[in-house]
Amino acid sequence: MNAPLPVPLQTSLRVPVHPLLTKRGWIALFVVSYVLFVLVPSAHLLLPAGHPLHLSDYFVTLTGKIMCYAIVALAMDLIWGYAGILSLGHGIFFALGGYAMGMYLMRSIGRDGVYHSDLPDFMVFLDWKAYPWYWSFTDHFAWAAALVVLVPGALAFVFGYFAFRSRIKGVYFSIITQALTYAFMLLFFRNDTGFGGNNGFTDFKRILGYPITAPGTRVALFAATGVALLGALLLCRWIVTSKAGRVLTAIRDAESRVMFIGYNPLWYKLAVWTLSAMLCGIAGALYVPQVGIINPGEMSPANSIEIAIWVAVGGRGSLVGAILGAFLVNGAKSWFTQAFPEYWLFLLGLIFIVVTLFLPRGVVGLLSGKRR
Amino acid sequence: MRIAGAGVDTTHGPILYLEGITVSFDGFRALDDLSLTIDDGELRCIIGPNGAGKTTMMDVITGKTRPDAGTVYFGQTIDLTKMTEAEIAHAGIGRKFQKPTVFERHSVFENLELAMKADKRVRGTLRAKLARADLDRIAETLGLIHLGDAADREAGSMSHGQKQWLEIGMLLMQEPRLLLLDEPVAGMTDDETMRTAELCQTLAGRHSVVVVEHDMDFIAKIARKVTVLHEGSVLAEGPMDVVQADPRVVEVYLGR
Repeated sequence: MNAPLPVPLQTSLRVPVHPLLTKRGWIALFVVSYVLFVLVPSAHLLLPAGHPLHLSDYFVTLTGKIMCYAIVALAMDLIWGYAGILSLGHGIFFALGGYAMGMYLMRSIGRDGVYHSDLPDFMVFLDWKAYPWYWSFTDHFAWAAALVVLVPGALAFVFGYFAFRSRIKGVYFSIITQALTYAFMLLFFRNDTGFGGNNGFTDFKRILGYPITAPGTRVALFAATGVALLGALLLCRWIVTSKAGRVLTAIRDAESRVMFIGYNPLWYKLAVWTLSAMLCGIAGALYVPQVGIINPGEMSPANSIEIAIWVAVGGRGSLVGAILGAFLVNGAKSWFTQAFPEYWLFLLGLIFIVVTLFLPRGVVGLLSGKRR
Repeated sequence: MRIAGAGVDTTHGPILYLEGITVSFDGFRALDDLSLTIDDGELRCIIGPNGAGKTTMMDVITGKTRPDAGTVYFGQTIDLTKMTEAEIAHAGIGRKFQKPTVFERHSVFENLELAMKADKRVRGTLRAKLARADLDRIAETLGLIHLGDAADREAGSMSHGQKQWLEIGMLLMQEPRLLLLDEPVAGMTDDETMRTAELCQTLAGRHSVVVVEHDMDFIAKIARKVTVLHEGSVLAEGPMDVVQADPRVVEVYLGR
C-alpha cells in the first residue's frame, strides 16, 4: 500500500572537535594574564614597601624564576608525556639559552667591570686580548636572542637526528642525554672554553640599556617571562590537539604500528624534540637576567633529573599539569631549603617515590579523579 | 616516499613477486630460495607448520627484514627491498600483525583517522582537518568491521576479536592495493571467526589479500588458492582440495 519511507543515509559520526582551549580554559587564561600583567606589576611597583599587599623583590624574582622552570616543564612534557621520550639532559638546552643571553649581558657591562676593560673580567684574568670568534656580534641583542633558540635547536637537531635515526629508545636514550649534559658541563667548567669556567657569568649591570636590578626592569622581565610561558602553553596545546599530537601519542604507545600505517616517526620525534630544546633555550635566556648568574652547575645531571620530577609530580601528558608541577616542587623547594636546608633532597626523593607509586598521573590525575 | 597506491603497475597480472628470497638468522635459514607471485585482486592463503617462514616472509615484504638474497617487486616496477617500512606502507601494502596492535589509548575513531590515507608528514598533520568525505569513509569502514556503534570507545577497552577487526579497518583506511593478514582469527570466538571469513571475502576483489593462518576451518571457508610453506620455501600450491591431498603436504603438516 504505502511505499516504504526512504531511509535517510546517515552516519552517526560527528566531526570531533579538538578546541585549542575550552571555554573555561580561555577564562582561566584571561584571569592568569590579568594577575601576571596587571596585579603583580602594580602590587610591586605602585604599593609602598610597607603596604600589606605589596609584593617584594624576592617574590617577583622567585615567581619569574619558577615561570622559567614552568616553560622547561612544558618542553619536557611535550617530549616525555606526549612523545614518550624521556630526556634526562634537558638542562643543557636551558643552560645554552642562558649562556647565549649571558654573553650579551656580559658585553653590556662595558667598562664597568672590576678591571674597567672592554673584555669581561674573567677574560682579563686569563690575560686574553680579544674576544674569541664565537663571541662575535653578541653585543647585539638581536643576534644573542637568535643564538638563544638556534644553539639549543641545532644541538638538539643533530643529536636527535642520529639518535632517532638509529632508533635509540627508552632508557638508552635517557642515559645518552644524561651523558650529553654531563660532557657539556665538564667542557664549560674549563676556563679555556671561554665562558667563565666554573664561575660562569655574573655581575650583570644592564639589559637593553636599562639597569638590570631596577624595579621597572624586574617587572618587565617578569612580564616577558609570563608572555613566554603563556605563549609556550598555547603553542604546545596547538600541537597536542592537532592530528600531529595524536600521531605523537601513537608513537609513544605503538611505534611500529605508526610506521606500518605510513608515518615516519623520525621526523615527528625530531620536530618535537628540537622544539622542546628551543623552548628550554628561551626559558634559560629569561632566567639568567632575573637570577643574575649562569654557571655550568645548570648543566649538572641532577638539575635535568629534577625537570623530569616536576613533570611527573604535576602529571605527564597534561600541559597544565607540567606547569603545576614546576610551581609545586619549586615552591616547596624555596620554602624547604630555607626552613630545613639539609633535608630538601630527601624530601624531593620522597615526593618522587610517592608520586610514582600512588599518583601515576600526577597531581592533575588526583584532581580530575576527585571530580569524577 | 610519496608513491601513491595507484602507481602500482600490474599490467602483467601479478601484484607481488618474490624471487629467490633467502633470509638467515645466525645460520638458521628462515627463508630458503622462496619464490612466490600473488595476482592482482587475488585472495591467497598461506599455511605451513611453525617455523616454516610465514612471518619472516611478511617481514621481508613490509621492509622489516632485509633479505640476504633475492628480489621483491610490488607490481612491475617498485623494488620493496630498497624501501623503508613507511615508504612501503605509502606504496600501498597494509599489514596486520599476529598480535593485534592498535593505539590503545586512542578512540576507535582516532585509530581509523590516523590510519587514513592522507598527507602523513609533520606539517600536513599539524593542519589536518577532517572533511565530510573522510567522515563517510570512516563510517563506512566502521560498518564493514562491525564497530559501527563503538566509534568513541577507547581501543584498549575492546575485546581481542574487536581489536583484530579494528586493525583490519586501519589497514583499509590506507586504501592499500595489497593486504597482508597475519593470523587474523587467532584468539577469536567461532562467531567472530565466521564474520572475519565474510569480511575477507568482501575484501578480496577490491584488494589483493594474503592471509597467513593456522585455523584450517577458516582457511577451508575462504580459500581459493593455497600455498604451503615448509622450511622456508614453497612445498605445494593450488586449490585447497588438491593441496590437502598432496602426500608431501600431508606428511609435513596436515597429517600431524
